[in-house]
Amino acid sequence: MDLILILASGIATGTVLLYATVGEIFSERSGILNLGVEGMMLIGAMAAYRAAAATNSAWMGLLVAMLAAGLVSQIHAFITITLQADQVISGLALNFLATGISLVLGEGLTSLRDVVPQLPKFSIPGLSQIPWLGGIFFYNHSIMVYIGYLFIPLTWYFINRTRPGLHLRAVGEYPAAADTLGIRVYFTRYLYVFVGGLLAGLAGATISLSISPGWFGGLTTAGQGWIAIGLVIFAQWNPYRAAFGGFTFGALRRLVLDLQGPALIFGLSNPFHYNIHYGFFLKMIPYIFTVVFLVIGSSQANRKRIGTPAALGLPYIRGQRGL
Amino acid sequence: MRKKSIWLVISLVLIAAFVFTACQPAPADEAPVAEEAEEVEEETEEEAAADGGLQIPDAEEGMFNVAVVMLSNHDDGGWSQAQWEGINYVQDNMDGVHTAYVELVAEGADSEQVFRALARKGFDLIFGGSFGYMDPMQVVAEEFPDIGFVHISGYKFDGVNFGNLFGEMEVMKYMAGMIAGSRAKADGATRVGGMATFPIPEELRLFNAYALGVAETCPDCDVDIRWIFTWHDPIVEREGADSLFDAGSHVVMTGADTPASALAAADRDGVYGITYDWIGSCTIDECLTAPYWVWGPEFIRVIEEVQAGTYPYMADYFGASGGGVGLYGLMEGQELQPGVASLPAEDLQKIQDVMALVQAGEFDRFDVFAGPIIDIDGNVIVPDGEFMTQADIDQFAPGAPGFEATYGMYWWNQNIAADLPDL
Repeated sequence: MDLILILASGIATGTVLLYATVGEIFSERSGILNLGVEGMMLIGAMAAYRAAAATNSAWMGLLVAMLAAGLVSQIHAFITITLQADQVISGLALNFLATGISLVLGEGLTSLRDVVPQLPKFSIPGLSQIPWLGGIFFYNHSIMVYIGYLFIPLTWYFINRTRPGLHLRAVGEYPAAADTLGIRVYFTRYLYVFVGGLLAGLAGATISLSISPGWFGGLTTAGQGWIAIGLVIFAQWNPYRAAFGGFTFGALRRLVLDLQGPALIFGLSNPFHYNIHYGFFLKMIPYIFTVVFLVIGSSQANRKRIGTPAALGLPYIRGQRGL
Repeated sequence: MRKKSIWLVISLVLIAAFVFTACQPAPADEAPVAEEAEEVEEETEEEAAADGGLQIPDAEEGMFNVAVVMLSNHDDGGWSQAQWEGINYVQDNMDGVHTAYVELVAEGADSEQVFRALARKGFDLIFGGSFGYMDPMQVVAEEFPDIGFVHISGYKFDGVNFGNLFGEMEVMKYMAGMIAGSRAKADGATRVGGMATFPIPEELRLFNAYALGVAETCPDCDVDIRWIFTWHDPIVEREGADSLFDAGSHVVMTGADTPASALAAADRDGVYGITYDWIGSCTIDECLTAPYWVWGPEFIRVIEEVQAGTYPYMADYFGASGGGVGLYGLMEGQELQPGVASLPAEDLQKIQDVMALVQAGEFDRFDVFAGPIIDIDGNVIVPDGEFMTQADIDQFAPGAPGFEATYGMYWWNQNIAADLPDL
């Protein structure tokens, strides 16, 4: 059991959750709850694999995956923004629709294994030599991991420090006020639901082209999208915390496995070796925090404190009084 | 008010999400009722959304109608795909038989609905392709005494119209263990790994067979085990394989569906993976071999016996010599994977000799589990000169009434570096 390896593995597999969670943060920050993340990731995983197989380029696969999932997300956008229907129902429906689409269009992809190019994996020269940190963050990771490192501060800066980011937050907090200031509420929401779709597609492509290359039908994403939705609340709509949550979740999952190995830890009998079911408790920890934040957020006064967008889940109807 | 209710809905959905991710195909037949209810909701909507394989198919008049119910999708690259190819083989090779399949059927209450629907539609023989279908299938079999129900894996049967079908996979896993051990010894390693899914008799049996095979070719090797609690999750399987390699395993064999063991090996230098279930799963050079299922001929055998009225609906355990199971690279007409072709000639000869005996029907599961077998604590499980019975191989002691096990499968072979899982 080696802590560096566990944390490095958490970074590698947590990157999938990072992209999906940040995508959902964008969408929810604009006020649209999109529960279709799992389905959109599946579309992304399928489209990435198919496009990479057809063009022999993993990058083309990535691009197609993002566009495909972005396109599918617009169904949800149309239903919830223009038709002002219930976001929860529409999001769930999107899941089933997207799962169905990806299963049909993914037909025959399982047998293509090994002819499909993968995204590159490499160590960063110099940085990977740093003791501890180098082994965790910069050694033999997929390029998607390194892109993720740049992506986290950029998204935080975009949401919190730029004019379009301010517009995004305004639309999610108080769309009527944003509207009077000339911010195009409908357009903004459409845009960020699309961004959410792009990133979910990216997350799916990261699985099928890098983390665990291949197409395994509906089991390719195996519930990662649902975890991402939970992590948004854990992250309190903040990209840094999303990264922390994603990496922690990945590392815990790996830790649970590694703990089964040694019979002794620090000279003491290792309970996880003798009772493998104890591992489930560790895996549960991120969810405990999610539930805690949910409970805090259920009180109106506390919602602002944990950062819930005030208009989340509410359709905006122009000219109607109040929200 | 409205906001409150949205939070309520979000909470409910999140709970559903956790349940969804937490209850991957549960191995136990006592999956909590609440979880099943959640799954039913999700599955019913899904059935309406996707292609024909998700709908209940129609029976054809005047034909012998056979259906296979599968856990995951027909192109999952593993367990279900092998069954799907089996039923296609039946369609291509039998006259007067109409075949159909239903995919993505959750275990538990969901599958009961599907079995009942198929029975009502007039199917004559229904195969259930997952461990957790066992009890629901038995319930439906009692309701439709004229229809044949055959459950793949599991251990229950009634001798009337509810049978149990499985095959001698442990022989292939044993030989996979010989290959893994030989590879490790040739490369100067002393550890191989096994990625196990759920603590059920089948899984302990297969990894014990693997460990016994390892001991044949590499007496100094130990076998590290990771329990991943899923049959099919590309990311968790990947993490499990990495965890084993990082802890020093030279070869990792998986008990789950995806080729993660080989893919993880490909990212490292000089280590190997062994995949499972489907003949097409072992393609890259880092994959040594794959024990796989060939259901087609076995389905045909069962169908013919059912048509003739002679099928006993007991524990139908087909032998490895009949071609129902295979070991990729070592079967007729296949080429050895590079990692196997470069094994020491003497080991390779030993492995091929066992394969020849298996094909001739002279080496079977009872030879794999022949005494002496000693467990991790040094206890003698099977004394020298004694053999296990089918009941021992299938179950944990004491076994089902009328099918009692004396030794059972609740033990780890002495070269396994893990503790027995609590049940």
